[in-house]
Amino acid sequence: MSSRPPDLAGAPGDTAPDDPLERDLSGVEREILELRRITTAERIDLGEQIAALEARAEALREEIARHPSAWQRVQLARHPERPKVDEYIAGLTSEFVELHGDRGFGDDPAIVTGLGMIDGQPAAVIGHAKGRDTRENIARRFGMPNPEGYRKALRVMKLAEKLRIPVVTLIDTPGAFPGKEAEERGQSEAIATSLLEMARLRTPIVTVITGEGGSGGALAIGVSDTLMMLEHAVYSVISPEGCAAILWRDPQRTRDAAEALRLTAPDLAGFGVVDEIIPEPPGGAHRHPDDAIASVAEAVRRRLAAERGRSEESLLTARYEKYRRIGRVRDITGADPGGQAE
Amino acid sequence: MAPPVLDWFGRPNRAAPERREMPAGLWIKCPRCASLVYRKELERNLRVCPRCGYHHRLSAVDRLALVLDRDSFAQTDSGLAPEDPLGFVDEKPYPERIEEAERRTGQREAILTGTGTIEGSRAVVGAMEFGFLGGSMGSVVGEKVARSAERAHERRWPLVLFVASGGARMQEGTLSLLQMAKTSVALGRLADAGVAFISVLCDPTTGGVAASFAFQGDVIVAEPGALVGFAGRRVIEQTIRQKLPDGFQTAEFLLEHGLVDAIVPRGELRTTLARLLRLAKAPCDPALAGAAAQGWEFGEPLAADEQPTA
Repeated sequence: MSSRPPDLAGAPGDTAPDDPLERDLSGVEREILELRRITTAERIDLGEQIAALEARAEALREEIARHPSAWQRVQLARHPERPKVDEYIAGLTSEFVELHGDRGFGDDPAIVTGLGMIDGQPAAVIGHAKGRDTRENIARRFGMPNPEGYRKALRVMKLAEKLRIPVVTLIDTPGAFPGKEAEERGQSEAIATSLLEMARLRTPIVTVITGEGGSGGALAIGVSDTLMMLEHAVYSVISPEGCAAILWRDPQRTRDAAEALRLTAPDLAGFGVVDEIIPEPPGGAHRHPDDAIASVAEAVRRRLAAERGRSEESLLTARYEKYRRIGRVRDITGADPGGQAE
Repeated sequence: MAPPVLDWFGRPNRAAPERREMPAGLWIKCPRCASLVYRKELERNLRVCPRCGYHHRLSAVDRLALVLDRDSFAQTDSGLAPEDPLGFVDEKPYPERIEEAERRTGQREAILTGTGTIEGSRAVVGAMEFGFLGGSMGSVVGEKVARSAERAHERRWPLVLFVASGGARMQEGTLSLLQMAKTSVALGRLADAGVAFISVLCDPTTGGVAASFAFQGDVIVAEPGALVGFAGRRVIEQTIRQKLPDGFQTAEFLLEHGLVDAIVPRGELRTTLARLLRLAKAPCDPALAGAAAQGWEFGEPLAADEQPTA
């Protein structure tokens, strides 16, 4: 098992944490930085003191990750050190072959697709690809697909349907890319078609949200028979920043927006939207990536095994009923609308 | 089923909400060419500016009155009203925003659905009300679109939806997002059954609604000048750090990029839809439409005594 080095503040660019634990943590982190500076500048060995503070910071981080607020979960879900799609694929499959391109326009590096063996059975795997560093993130558009990314994903799903093998999708995206060319090539059409085809794809679909489930860009590969979320993943109709800017007209109100949107895994399990929450290692997936990857692989294998032998008919009926039920409405037939048009 | 036809169609060009902001009321300023147009002239012209051709937004009621045969509309699911599943409060509580929207539009939600005929051809229809919280899709809009698809499937009548929406409704959170999937499963079944779906994109059609049922039509037509796109202009400009050209994300832009079938001026919309319904009503070899489907069914023609008079 590997453990990555502790990160700095859990919430980048966040200057005034409201949470007392977060406040303590940033205080301890400042002390560590100061002691490191002294160590280098004045050549005094403060190793013991630094180690003690780091242990304290570690304990605080684990405490925060045990009961994170919605906004802290957003930060955890976006953490740059979280495992990436290729690591999950490596943990889940053997003999993986990546398939490129939408056969029409190009290959979108923001989505990875391919075929691999899971428990000795072939499957298609599709996932958003964020980068590990700035250069890779620019190349992969921070995991925000263009239309050709969704068209590649759909092509591989149709291949899975033809081969009668299941589809596994791994979601981790801020959303579909908001770009000029994305609009020119039909971002709406690409997502809409993906939704329509996934709704009636004649093979099992298992989805895991491993990090950010950003709106339509996430859902476009997420219409599935089983939806699982890693414990600190989020799934939302809009980013807390976007929501704060529109509804509060104040981009600083991201914490309030994150709370109000009910975007955490436990919230969504409560609404019956998520079938299973996959626990993360202490401190979050980025602290012990191998454990997180193993947990995701175990859950996907178990769910795929449960789907085996199921008839297409019962699969499609269950998928229909699952989505058909989602939402809350009331029927007040007979009552007048609240007001009349003037 | 539905309450009987409302008396809307006797006065097809009833005031759209935006007009109330004009205190004088007699003259309307065109938002595009800024010329003042006499209200009656504008209404005679189907709320299309006679100077520059700008298509003013229509309420759901006016939209249906424009295209449906007189007295043919029967509303369905009019009793469906929104809940507040998240207990959402931003600057105002969500239920307060709903009440305001009801008062402003006289509607209970952002879509009006039912059945009707267009030049005698039956269809299941829905028209979105942009004045109701920006035509946003929450659970009720998703439910009414899904039920409309199911009704079209049952009766084997085509589905015609007039879309005008800013996207998914934030106040119902992820449940709104998943309405995109709910409408997709229902429209997927309709497609499998071989029943046609015509989507009419009105100003504006964006976000999660554009990225779901708006672009799932077998035939997609748009009104001239309608704003249609996935992401908002400002978001794109901030992302790519450049100004977007004029005409970006308009119906004309979409036609040029091969994303819609046709742009239909408002004065021709009724005739064009009627023609589309009739064209696909022609006998169709079931084998051509796929094993499960029975061909594109565009409904039975009405018997002579059922023909609407308008």
